[in-house]
Amino acid sequence: MAEIVNNKSPLTRQPAEDTAISPWKEGWRSFKKNKVAVIGLLIVVFFILMALFADLLAPYSYEAQKLANKHLAPSSEHWFGTDEYGRDILSRIIFGARLSLWVGFFSVAGSVIVGLVLGLLAGYYGKWVDMIISRVFDILLAFPSILLAIAIVAVLGPSLRNALIAIAIINVPTFGRLIRSRVLSVKEEEYISAAKAVGMKDGRIIFQHVLPNCLAPIIVQGTLAIASAIIECAALGFLGLGAQPPTPEWGQMLAESRAYILQAPWTVLFPGVAIMLTVLGFNLMGDGLRDALDPRMKN
Amino acid sequence: METGKGQTFMTQPLVQVENLKMHFPIKGGLLGKTVGSVKAVDGISFSIKKGETLGLVGESGCGKSTTGRMILRLLEPSDGTIYFEGKDITKLSTNEMRKTRSEMQMVFQDPFASLNPRHTIGKILEEPLIVHGVKDRRERKQRVQELLEVVGLSSYHASRYPHQFSGGQRQRIGIARALAINPKLIIADEPVSALDVSIQSQVLNLLQDLQKEYGLTYLFIAHDLGVVRHISDRVGVMYLGQLVEISESEDLYRNPLHPYTQALLSAVPIPDVTYKQERVILQGDVPSPVNPPKGCPFHTRCPKAMEQCSNIRPILKELEQGHHVACHLYD
Repeated sequence: MAEIVNNKSPLTRQPAEDTAISPWKEGWRSFKKNKVAVIGLLIVVFFILMALFADLLAPYSYEAQKLANKHLAPSSEHWFGTDEYGRDILSRIIFGARLSLWVGFFSVAGSVIVGLVLGLLAGYYGKWVDMIISRVFDILLAFPSILLAIAIVAVLGPSLRNALIAIAIINVPTFGRLIRSRVLSVKEEEYISAAKAVGMKDGRIIFQHVLPNCLAPIIVQGTLAIASAIIECAALGFLGLGAQPPTPEWGQMLAESRAYILQAPWTVLFPGVAIMLTVLGFNLMGDGLRDALDPRMKN
Repeated sequence: METGKGQTFMTQPLVQVENLKMHFPIKGGLLGKTVGSVKAVDGISFSIKKGETLGLVGESGCGKSTTGRMILRLLEPSDGTIYFEGKDITKLSTNEMRKTRSEMQMVFQDPFASLNPRHTIGKILEEPLIVHGVKDRRERKQRVQELLEVVGLSSYHASRYPHQFSGGQRQRIGIARALAINPKLIIADEPVSALDVSIQSQVLNLLQDLQKEYGLTYLFIAHDLGVVRHISDRVGVMYLGQLVEISESEDLYRNPLHPYTQALLSAVPIPDVTYKQERVILQGDVPSPVNPPKGCPFHTRCPKAMEQCSNIRPILKELEQGHHVACHLYD
């Protein structure tokens, strides 16, 4: 007791043994404990590496046709068999990973950026700004998303790039609303009042205080959205509105081979499995991130 | 009280509030018409002298925090004027107000909510300096170290995040942030009510030490009368958005005039078993600030209410030297 009285501040005596633990580091810690999520992360990393090193990994060219090798069953020479033009399916899938991930990442990046700006404006300034932005979101959400994507591609013309743009557009309201709702709750926090009391300008408050506290749910939703973007891209490819032949896009590979599903089932099976695995990987990872980053899930 | 005494010359008050009102509109109906208003603060006037501590007490919802926030213009007053060093700050533009904010700072009630969880302590303390134009990075770092030591923390705490601290430590950080830009006035909005009693006194002592050292002026908002007595030179008592009594602290505790103050003080426990306390138990609830009673806001619960109390709103008048009360009993 006397010791405490003598010392003006007993707090200063703590040794500096532990260092700073940022909230992100803590999230990573609890993410690592989640086995299923780590499996998801590994699947995603596997596909990313595959896409990056496609040139080195692929045993054959993805577009070289050899009609003599038409519809060969999986063998040691062609692990996943060949399609109706005699092209190696494994090589096409490896190169296809590039396209799918490219579309997944960039369409989501596009919708996050646009959604972030609109959501921040709507949430932070409220009133008529919020009215206009929210109504635009409502209009976009009123259409079934895949129909809207088809309509956008129909206007822009079918190509992989336009499919990417269409997917980005249909995802904007999801992110915009998510961010808006986060901003609405963060805005009422006392540290925002504190920032205003200190005399900060709106820009600084938004980017230094509001935004960092909105990021966690965006990362979670973003990961899950990459999965659905890959499916949407495959769906557009299947309908002939995405990548055009001979681009080895997974959905388009499915569409080309569906006529031979009975004679050569491997032509359909492997692209399908590739789509499923990537989507599964992103979904598992997203669920794990949600558990790790969402404060409501912590106990 | 030590402070203020011995100053024979007239000094301009640091803050002067006149007829301050805050009416929050209630929107209703299809078209969002204003159907009424919550009269959170309904015409209060007081002043704070340089270097003194004015305590503001009252029940939850009586408008004391709203008053504090209006002085900083975190809330825009519906009516009334606030003079800071003789300058009317209610008319300042957002930009001018932002500069004036370096003169007045706030310590918040909840030390867990008032620090951004994604910033390190160093960054939290550095930000006010950046905003108010301390350009040199080394100078800022040095000031952060200084601030941490002033509030009884250590320089190595700068690299940590808020969740790594206890409530008392966080409140010290909140105080350090308020001090960062050398303000003249600090509005402390229930700074200790979220803390353990043992930590409360540490933080209160810190606030008092800082006041002596830097000549700070405090507006100290609280609902705990014991805490307010400990720290305040003068105390104002609020009820339903109005100031019912304001006086030198000792005077108020020794000789409360308003029936509401008397009831409040009778609820403070006295640590003496032989002392027989006469408690004034108030009946009923605080009326809704949407529809405050006509006349004296307290007449619905006042044990000494008279006929005129329900009709005429009493005005605050000086009964004794420096002791103002708004009550018809003293007409």
